Amino acid sequence: MERIPILKMGEFLLVTIQVDMHDRLALQLQDDLTNRISQTGAKGVLIDISALDIVDSFIGRMLANISLMSRVLDAATVVVGMQPAVAITLVELGLTLPGIRTALNVEKGMELLRAYAAGVASGGGDGGANVGADGEGADGGPVR
Amino acid sequence: MADPSGSETLPIRTSTDVVQVRQAVRRAVTQLGFSLVDQTKMVTAASELARNTLEYGGGGTVRLETLQEGARRGLRLTFEDQGPGIPDVERALTDGYTTGSGMGLGLGGARRLVNEFAVTSEVGVGTRVVIARWK
Ligand SMILES: Nc1ncnc2c1ncn2[C@@H]1O[C@H](COP(=O)(O)OP(=O)(O)OP(=O)(O)O)[C@@H](O)[C@H]1O
Ligand SMILES: [Mg+2]
Repeated sequence: MERIPILKMGEFLLVTIQVDMHDRLALQLQDDLTNRISQTGAKGVLIDISALDIVDSFIGRMLANISLMSRVLDAATVVVGMQPAVAITLVELGLTLPGIRTALNVEKGMELLRAYAAGVASGGGDGGANVGADGEGADGGPVR
Repeated sequence: MADPSGSETLPIRTSTDVVQVRQAVRRAVTQLGFSLVDQTKMVTAASELARNTLEYGGGGTVRLETLQEGARRGLRLTFEDQGPGIPDVERALTDGYTTGSGMGLGLGGARRLVNEFAVTSEVGVGTRVVIARWK
């Protein structure tokens, strides 16, 4: 059966969504990620959606569910790379993605996950805005 | 099923059909020269309505039509099913109203993403949703 691959990178899981997912594939990913978090004890999940050219209510709900379930399993989820046109459309659709942390790109998302894992950043709120702003460590600026 | 007037009808029977609908709409709006944001809005609206046709309408079809009015060009999509129908369309359009497990955003959200929007539905007969967006 067709599946979205989940990569393990140290204590984090990395998912890059590269296809236009049909709904069953999205549900499968949600289940697979939940299982992998509990099997591996991963501390964070990074979901790269830069290749997605739309996010509708179903994909939005999938992202929200993954965030929620990872939190229950003591892992943080960060969604990265949303295209500007997608973000604009989401707002008009009325989807607010509550509880989903976002970052601009994979590098910033990884920084955020490391900060969460180290217990530096707080669990709630819009963590994405903090990356680089309160940078922990003088030489720890954002990597481009 | 393209005909000379630039219309095409696609089935909506499975969740992979919904993907096909998104891709066909993307091709159509790209050909019409829609901006990227306008393309994204139309494809997202189509995705919501195609999923409703499948989930609640028990499957159906969508017809894509290229529109021309003077110098204006656009795309019209007509979603049709012979499902249970919507007893109260106004209520169904309210954000947050769902009879399924969704967020109740699809119908109202799709209306906000397009220039023209109309629902006709009869209980026990079926539902038709027509949307259009101009370049
Ligand atoms: N084609 C249809 N046939 C019958 N009922 C429909 C149809 N489309 C929508 N509905 C009804 O209208 C309600 C609202 O639809 P809407 O798309 O706004 O929300 P949803 O599909 O329940 O959730 P979401 O789209 O956010 O995932 C549905 O729950 C359903 O009861
Ligand atoms: Mg819907």
